[in-house]
Parts: sequence; C-alpha cells; structure tokens
Amino acid sequence: MPNPNPDRVRGHLGEDFLADCSSHGDLVYAVHRRGHRRVLRALRDDPELRFDMLMDLTAADRMHLPQRFERFEVVYELYSLWNGWRLRLKVPVPADDPHLDSIHDVWKAANWAEREAFDMFGIRFDGHPNLKRILCHHEFVGHPLRKDYDRRRGQWCATTETLEDELQLRRAAEHRAHNGQAEPAEALTSERMLVNIGPSHPVSHGTLRVLVELEGETIKHAIPEIGYLHRGFEKSAEKGVWNNVIPYADRLNYVSALSNNVAYVKAVEKLAGVEVPDRCKFIRVILNELSRIMDHCVCNAANIVDVGALTNFWYLFSVRENIYKVLEKLTGARLTNSYTRVGGLARDLYPGFADDVRAVLKESLPYVHDVLTLVKNNRIFQERTVGVSAFSATEALSYGWTGPCLRACGVPLDARKRDGYYFYDQFNFDVPVGEKGDAYDRILVRFEEIFQSVRIIEQALDKLPGGPVDTDRNRFVLPPKQEVYRDIEPLMNHFMLVMFGTPVPPGETYDSFEVPNGELGFYIISDGSGKPYRVRVRPPCFYLYQAYPEIIEGSMVADMAAVLGSLNVVAGELDR
Amino acid sequence: MRRSPIAHEPFITTRLGPAIDWARKNSLFPLPFGTACCAIEFMGVVSSQFDVSRFGAEVVRFSPRQADLMIVAGTVVYKMAPILRTIYAQMAEPRWVISMGVCASSGGFYDDYCTLQGIDQIVPVDVYVPGCPPSPELLLDGLLKLQKKIDEQRLLEKP
Repeated sequence: MPNPNPDRVRGHLGEDFLADCSSHGDLVYAVHRRGHRRVLRALRDDPELRFDMLMDLTAADRMHLPQRFERFEVVYELYSLWNGWRLRLKVPVPADDPHLDSIHDVWKAANWAEREAFDMFGIRFDGHPNLKRILCHHEFVGHPLRKDYDRRRGQWCATTETLEDELQLRRAAEHRAHNGQAEPAEALTSERMLVNIGPSHPVSHGTLRVLVELEGETIKHAIPEIGYLHRGFEKSAEKGVWNNVIPYADRLNYVSALSNNVAYVKAVEKLAGVEVPDRCKFIRVILNELSRIMDHCVCNAANIVDVGALTNFWYLFSVRENIYKVLEKLTGARLTNSYTRVGGLARDLYPGFADDVRAVLKESLPYVHDVLTLVKNNRIFQERTVGVSAFSATEALSYGWTGPCLRACGVPLDARKRDGYYFYDQFNFDVPVGEKGDAYDRILVRFEEIFQSVRIIEQALDKLPGGPVDTDRNRFVLPPKQEVYRDIEPLMNHFMLVMFGTPVPPGETYDSFEVPNGELGFYIISDGSGKPYRVRVRPPCFYLYQAYPEIIEGSMVADMAAVLGSLNVVAGELDR
Repeated sequence: MRRSPIAHEPFITTRLGPAIDWARKNSLFPLPFGTACCAIEFMGVVSSQFDVSRFGAEVVRFSPRQADLMIVAGTVVYKMAPILRTIYAQMAEPRWVISMGVCASSGGFYDDYCTLQGIDQIVPVDVYVPGCPPSPELLLDGLLKLQKKIDEQRLLEKP
C-alpha cells in the first residue's frame, strides 16, 4: 500500500500546513483549522490524488500527551479508491473555543461522524445542519470521551426524544425542493401518518429506531435514531491494558467476534512494530473467514426471514451452529471468543482442527446451496428485493460505504485483495460484485462471499505452516508456564506483562481490516504507559446505516425490513 | 346401563389449582427484549439445535400485550431504560422477567457512564441467567427455574 506523492499533497495544504506527523508508514499532516475545509475539498477533487472517500472522522483529547498543538484534534482519515492510498489530516482545535468548519457537504459520511465528535468531545462544527447528540441520550450533560469526564458517572434518562426537530428539518428541505411551493403545514400533517418503529421491534435487529412519515404506504421521510446500545467501548478501552480491550472488541460485531479480535490486535501490532509468525497469520485468516461465513449466514438468514421465508433461517442457522462447535472447541466460547492476543494467539490450534473445519464445511455447504436454490429465482423473493433500495456507487462512496454493500453497488473494493496483509494476496479467491446495488445484489454478494471464504479456508488449511504462533519478542506474550516457575527472566516477563501491560511505544496509527461488514478500522493512540490512550473504532455499519433514510425514502414501508436486513447493521458495532 | 362415552378413555384426576399451574408454566409466551450479543444466542435457543419448544416456550411474541415472559437479552443502556420500563408496563399480568446475561443482570464489564448497572433497578426480575453470553443450555436452565417458580406460586391456593 504505497503512499501518495507527499509533495503533491503538501502543495494543497499551502499556508495552512502546520506539521508533518507521518509515522508507522502512514502519511499524516497537521492542518490549521482556518483552511482544512478547503484542503479536504482540494484533495478530493485533485485528478491525480482522488481522495474520494472519507473513511473516518473522529477526534482525540490530547490533554495528557506531551506532544500536542492544542488539547483537541479532529482527525480525518481519507482513502483514494482509485489509487488505494491513505492519508490522515489532523486539525488542532483549542479547548477554550472548540469549533471548526463542518465538511458535511464535501462527504456525506461526515454528517453523523461530526455529530459523534460533538457528542463525545464537545467540538462544534460550524455550518452543520443538525449538530446534536447521536450516541448519548438527549438529557446527557457533558462530553464523555473528554479525559476529565469520570468514566463511571452515569446519567439517568427519563424520556425518549420525539425527533420532531429533525422531522421539521426534513419537511423544510422538501418544501425547498418543491421550489418554495409549499403546501400548508396542516394539509401535510393531515394526510400523512407518523409511525415510530423501534427501538424494540422485530425488524429493528436489535436497537435501531426509525421514525417514518408515511403517505399511504410510501415513506416520505425516515429519521433514524441510534445510540440505544451505546455502551462506552471507547471509554472502557482506556481503563485497562492493551490486551484488556480484546473482550470488548468481541462485542462490537458479536456475530463475527473473531474478526474484530484480529482487527484490533493487528492495529496494536502495527503501532508496536511487532511481526507475528506466519502460522499465526494463517490461523487468523482461517478464523476471519469462518467468521465471515457465520456473519453472512446470520445476516442473510435474518434478511430472508424479514421478507417472509422462515425455512431458510433454520437452514442457515445450522451452518452457524456447526461452526460454533469448532470454535467452542478451539476457544472455549461460542460467541465471544477473545482468542487473539497482541503478538499472537491465546493458544495454538488443537490437534485435528483442520479435519474438524473441513468436516464442518462439507456438512454446512449443502445448507447454503439449498437456501440459494430456494431463494435465488424465487419470484416472491425477487419481488421483495430486486430493484428495492438501489444505490449508486458514487453515493455509496460519498457515504463511506465499504464491504459487501459497496461491492453490491459494483465497486470491487476489498482490502484483503488490495492491501494484501496476512498473505491474502497469495490466496486464490474472487471478489464478487453486484450491478444495481439493490437488496437482491447485497444478499447474493454475501452468498458468493461465503463460497469464496470456503476457498480461502481450504487453501489456508492445506498450506498451514508449522512453528510457533506467538512472536518471539519479549514482554509481548506470556512465557510458557514451566519456564515461569523455573527461571527468573520469564518470571519477570510474566510479571511485567500482567502488571504493566504490553509495552506499546508512544505514537498513533490507523489500521484497517476487512471484516464481514466492511472496513473495520482502529485509530489508536499510545502514550507508552502500557494502557491505550485512545482507541477509536471505525465501525463499517455506522457509515452504512447513515445512508438508510436516503435509500428508503420513496419506498414502501414493508421495504424497510428488507433493506435494513440487507445492510447488516449490527447494533453493537453501530453504537459501540 | 349405558356406559359413559369417555369411560374407556384413560383419565387422571387432579385438583384445579395444580392443573392451572401446570398449564401456566408450560405455555410461556416469551417477548425477546433483545439488544445485543445475548439476543443472538437467544436466536440460537429458539432455532432447531436447542429448540425451546421442548419446554413450551417457543411462541415468541414481539408485542408485549401477547407475551407473559420478558427475556431481557443484552446490555440495557440509560437511553434504553425508559423503553424497557414502558414495554414492561404494557405487559398484562401475570408476567415474568428473565434477565439473560451479566449485562442485563448487573451491567457486566460495561461499568461506565452509559450502561444501566442491572435492569432490576427498573423492572422486577424473576430469574438471573449468568454468562457473557450464557450458553443456550444455561438459558434453558433459567427457563426451567422459572417454571419451577411458577409452579410454586399455587395460583388458587393463595390466602
């Protein structure tokens, strides 16, 4: 993954350039807040650089860090789809007047991300259309990710928001779109009906809430509200040592916990400069692909049952149960495995693992084929999904879509192929893409990815190298217990690792990993203390779900379920 | 002498109270208040491998009006608390609550600014099922414990 030409990027920064903060192979520039909006727009429109995706927008409170410009920093992680380049811009924001220009009109992805930065850090984005809390409840006081907010200070919430304010904004926008020929407000409300769906509703897949305004059965406006499962991942991550975050990472996307495990430790290893042995990489690949199969099975099972085909749910869940049996044997847990460690794995594979996996795949694949036969050319299923919620690739990129949903729009972006980590570039597999980007394409892309994952697993099992699974760097992994009891040095290593955590040097980096849902990124800052200073997750479905109102407006109310399921929004990851 | 038409059928005699208790405990209608990871395991409990219908609780109802057992599966955050409270209030008596998993029971390892530290602060809980998430067998065990509890309530023998 080469970086863009630094001179060309520097040329756009001009007088707003503050510093070159590149490290760990990432190209990073600090930019003054008076011109960051201009710079970002120029980087997007540059015909050579073409940074057409805003992968992530977040902030950090650098209160306790020695090197800083100001207390807060807003971080923009850009991605050039055309070139495969990444670039990070950091905009320092002073604590006494924390505000800067919004870029919601440069990339649509920025809208919710800016709201989150406001919610968590109290940074105001000038010009944002609707800068209000997104994850915390509306009665919350303070900004929880600031370093001076006590982690355990909970605040009760007594009421639920009406979302009236956002509805008015949408109606006003609709009036403007009709060239000011506004119908009287009374006439509008008398013909339309408001329906609140969720957050506890069978189609809501957890805790999503959508307020829809209907005209007949057609959705005129949809206003999603998230945060009903915001359980403080990023704040909790700061309390323990680096390895303590792994169980929390499990519970981000709990349908494919192992993928999250791998993504997190891969980011920490990048920051620490640790290289894991090949055997470890192969095992991580196998587990990631098994998780992908499970995730896609559960997603498609729920999606197909949402449009009324229950049988497939039982079939696809059998696949998941079969894989769980192997994972339970390997990790001791069915759902939340916590199997990886920074610098290795919790333990090596058990003897016979490869045979178990092969047997499970052999047993499970007929189920997937059966379901595909049942639904692929099924007229009822096609009527419910073909052409429903078609989304163009341009829009999807502006919203920061990744993963199967983006590939269903026809963009063959797969970080496994492109970045080639963990020998993914040497495995033989295809990246399926869709044509129209509708619900049908998304479901079929997921089905095809299941078969491709099986191919990867088979190749990885065949070539699985021997040797250790943990890095040989001292103080990163626990030494064998026999040595701890016998020698002083392993004893010291054990003590230091348990008491003071993994020695990750000060610095920061962003690392991405292709999980079933798309690009799961971790932006992590270390202050060298053995504890994470800041762990930011770039959740793929946060950016997917942001486009949800735009997709379903104009569709029928029954399409809501089909579309929501096809996006695979997992609340644990969405709200963190 | 004419014989009764059912005289040749097998029959049992019992008192009305235990018969009602038996019927109540074996026909629970669960309402899954699923928020997080535990909800995925709840789906596993309902699906074919573990099959909760063996214990008469397979008729999952998403409307609180039609359910008598709320299974709170997953983390409940402060933002969700008023909704949990409302849905519990919408359930008709008799009603029971199973708190599935440590998050619902005590907040679990989410000891932070946004997580409710145990749903028993806002709704009464009958059975706590530990685990993060509990294995399907453990939830079934919790269900059996609840059935025992219902059985012991002795509906008609109350003073």
